[in-house]
Amino acid sequence: MLKRLAEVLRGMGHRIIDRIWRLGSGARFFLYTLIYSGESFRRIHLTIREIYFTGVMSLLIILVSAFFVGMVLALQGYNTLQKYGSSEAIGVLVALSLVRELGPVVTALLFAGRAGTAITAEIGLMKTTEQLSAMEMMAVSPIARVVAPRFWAGVVSMPLLAALFSMVGVLGGYLVAVPVIGVDNGAFWSQMQANVDFQADIVNGVIKSVVFGVACTMIALFEGFDAPPTAEGVSRATTRTVVNSSLAVLGLDFILTSFMIVT
Amino acid sequence: MERTTMDLWVGIFAVAGAAALFGLALKVGNLTSSSVGDTYTVTAAFENIGGLKPRAPVKSAGVVVGRVDNIQFDSKTFEAKVTLKVDKRYPFPKDTFANIYTAGLLGEQYVGLEAGGDEQPLKDGDKISHTQDAVVLEKMISQFLYNKASESDDSKKAE
Repeated sequence: MLKRLAEVLRGMGHRIIDRIWRLGSGARFFLYTLIYSGESFRRIHLTIREIYFTGVMSLLIILVSAFFVGMVLALQGYNTLQKYGSSEAIGVLVALSLVRELGPVVTALLFAGRAGTAITAEIGLMKTTEQLSAMEMMAVSPIARVVAPRFWAGVVSMPLLAALFSMVGVLGGYLVAVPVIGVDNGAFWSQMQANVDFQADIVNGVIKSVVFGVACTMIALFEGFDAPPTAEGVSRATTRTVVNSSLAVLGLDFILTSFMIVT
Repeated sequence: MERTTMDLWVGIFAVAGAAALFGLALKVGNLTSSSVGDTYTVTAAFENIGGLKPRAPVKSAGVVVGRVDNIQFDSKTFEAKVTLKVDKRYPFPKDTFANIYTAGLLGEQYVGLEAGGDEQPLKDGDKISHTQDAVVLEKMISQFLYNKASESDDSKKAE
């Protein structure tokens, strides 16, 4: 009996130590990425290349989903607002929910699925095929050459994608609210402008998306770098990227929002 | 892919993202509306401003002619001192009425200006002396109930 209890406790302790160890190596990995960033900026075309693959190639999915999210928000919002006779507030509803929450969060979730998995799989395969070790052999730091450009590409891409998401979402909401439902055009924009604050809403949304950019790319990079060099290991790492990124984004979103609402 | 085309696409992406942010600030947010042309400042004292907030519109005949700039509490008169910024293009006579209205039943509150008949126009820094407070729903309901109660008292006495 006592033996089994000790076994269970030992298993739990082992898992906890493992998690903390991973967290520590993740933090060290993050630090190394920052340290080697200067070296990677000297070859800026590497970063530009990665912005192309993570940012530009994600544009299609981001813009299309933004359009639909905006349209659905307008439809759903109108349905409830017209019961209270204030259907003009639809513009405020669409703009605030997009700029404050949905823009940064949905962009980050889509980004984790579209670009994060690609990063993890690519780096995991590089490790499996020993390209990373080959780089080290040639005295090229794989962190400066492979990791840092991808990191900065993600950090730059995310706010731009989130801003585009919000803008296109507002346009989608406008298309449903004004021509289709028949909300007054002037009321739609003027109520929006009266209630959306640049500092409190738009800037905070951008801050959120920068934080999500750091979190998503860092998780994707670390999972790839840490993946066991087997086919199974890479596939598991890719799954973990999506799960961990999504959880991190939603958790961070709550923390950031609670700070922003209070101040 | 060719490196120059890649650079081009990244450039387009960056410009589009920046433009979206800019568009959000101008079209969705209120970055522009704070400085619409030249304005002149007038103040008005209200006993009760209800839910009026800074940046609320100032309207006359339903047209937005300015914005509420600042709301302060005057501890000498115990009144709310509301500073209005009105567009220079719209001069108002000195005896203009300033009322606080609500857009719809639950909408936002705004300041409505009703022009009087004075020859002299309002100047920068002037004070609007004729004001009407915001309608406070609770006050109205309690007044209504009070009136009802006194009515029924009267009718009882009459019997």
